[in-house]
Amino acid sequence: MALKAETGGAVEEGEGQAHLRAFRHGDVDAFEALFRLHQRAVYGWILRMVRNPAAAEELTAETFWRIYRAHARFDPSRGFLGWARRIATRAALDWMRSTRTELARTETLLTEPPAPARGDPAISAEIRARTEAAFARLPPRLRIAAVLAVVEQQPQKEVAEALGISVAAVKLRVFRALRLLRKDLERQGIRP
Amino acid sequence: MNAHDEDRVKQLLRATLPPVDENAEPARDLWPAVLKRMDAKAATPPWFDWALLGGLLGLAAFFPSAIPVLLYYL
Repeated sequence: MALKAETGGAVEEGEGQAHLRAFRHGDVDAFEALFRLHQRAVYGWILRMVRNPAAAEELTAETFWRIYRAHARFDPSRGFLGWARRIATRAALDWMRSTRTELARTETLLTEPPAPARGDPAISAEIRARTEAAFARLPPRLRIAAVLAVVEQQPQKEVAEALGISVAAVKLRVFRALRLLRKDLERQGIRP
Repeated sequence: MNAHDEDRVKQLLRATLPPVDENAEPARDLWPAVLKRMDAKAATPPWFDWALLGGLLGLAAFFPSAIPVLLYYL
């Protein structure tokens, strides 16, 4: 149970279950308690997908609004965070589909250099910029699967649950994303 | 695309897009933004309320004799 894992202890678990049950009946105080408990995790999940802090904040608020709107469909026995991630993933996909101006998005992608331990000094800034632009041109559903599974290295089971698909479908989307990315780069004369 | 090519594209992607900090937090409290959405949506009557109102007005226009009955049930 997510609440137990995040707060620890039997008292907190009992309080968490009470919040979940009250939330299911539309209790706003219980909803706020769940928001306070999970907003960081939901924000981090969204930021991983959209890679834009301002958009991630807006989408976090939108996600929790959608969560509240769907309170009657919540099943307390299945945990809150997994359900929240699924709604957050749908909100992020909607945002990515609505912001199809690729140039605007590539300008807002996080552009800090990777940490020294993970970065490859042999890759030039130009290749990184072209790779970033090519990645932004991928269809959103492929991009989300690739960024979560490859870049963020999230467990494929969690990615599958968030996307509402099977683990095999996640692997297929990642493979298709990498293949399209490679073809795009090759068209630009870059051979990974 | 073979496994070697796949690994190279993965490496390039990881080198290009830095992973997000695991401790990333929103820069502001988002609860007021959630409440604002809840208030805004609650203040907007749902579409079926408008449809019901339109139906009642139509009924009153075509069957004026139904008006006392409608008023009785209000």
